[in-house]
Amino acid sequence: MPTIVVDVMPKAELLDPQGKAVAGALTRLGVDSFSGVRIGKRFELVVDGDVDDETLATARRIAAEVLSNDVIEDVVSVEVVE
Amino acid sequence: MTARIGVITFPGSLDDVDARRAVRLAGGEPVALWHGSHDLEGVDALILPGGFSYGDYLRAGAIAALAPIMAEVKDAARGGMPVLGICNGFQMLVEAHLLPGGLIRNAHQQFIRRDQRLRVESTSTAWTADFADGEEIVIPLKNADGGYIADADTLARIEGEGLVAFRYLGVNPNGSLNDIAGLRNERGNVVGLMPHPEHAVEEGFGPDTRLAMRSGVDGRRFFTSAIASLVAAA
Repeated sequence: MPTIVVDVMPKAELLDPQGKAVAGALTRLGVDSFSGVRIGKRFELVVDGDVDDETLATARRIAAEVLSNDVIEDVVSVEVVE
Repeated sequence: MTARIGVITFPGSLDDVDARRAVRLAGGEPVALWHGSHDLEGVDALILPGGFSYGDYLRAGAIAALAPIMAEVKDAARGGMPVLGICNGFQMLVEAHLLPGGLIRNAHQQFIRRDQRLRVESTSTAWTADFADGEEIVIPLKNADGGYIADADTLARIEGEGLVAFRYLGVNPNGSLNDIAGLRNERGNVVGLMPHPEHAVEEGFGPDTRLAMRSGVDGRRFFTSAIASLVAAA
């Protein structure tokens, strides 16, 4: 069944407290390969039948209006996966 | 006239009963409203209470901001009706775009509960008229997602137009930009804040003061302000 995947990330210029906490935990584990961690969200919208332009447009609209808050987050991708 | 103030209960609201009690103690008539309805039952003002509506799923306040009754709340707010959002209610107001900016997880990642000192930054609103400009008050703060953020342009506009209603005093409890604890809209009818005025309305049950334990009632004037303005307008 086709699925539309929406990825949302906190805005780069704003503090991501969860990512910062994970980065701190990695440092305590002795992992020093990564200079930062940011945590976002992945939404999977399941579609019955084919994904047409209208469905994709609806997914883009709700990604912008409901799944993310443009004050604090960016929609980084809206993609169809089979 | 008795001011009728509606308090909307959402799935996961915690402080709706406390808000109704605060309205009653301040001399108003509390009206219990339901999120799934489209009826404001002719109230004169509205309170969006604290709690964890929808378990804070998606974003704090985000799903509640899409509740059926919020269509009427938005219309009423744009029409000038006094609307107060407390904690989760403040989060709903920013998610509904009735106030600017957003609220994210506290910078230290912890839930915090303490009696919080605030400075009243704006007294020309429906909910703050009974305070003095710059007055220091103490009311309880309790939240996990209280970090106020906005982009640089929005923050400059908020400060330039005097839309900060309350600022944290002492150590910033959650990483909020510019120590912002609460905001007002341009018209002054919509006010939102993270701390809880409804928990500081009756002696014996409020924050400690220098005079006596649990005697703090600084929250009461939020409600008396709105009631006085409604009675005066009637």
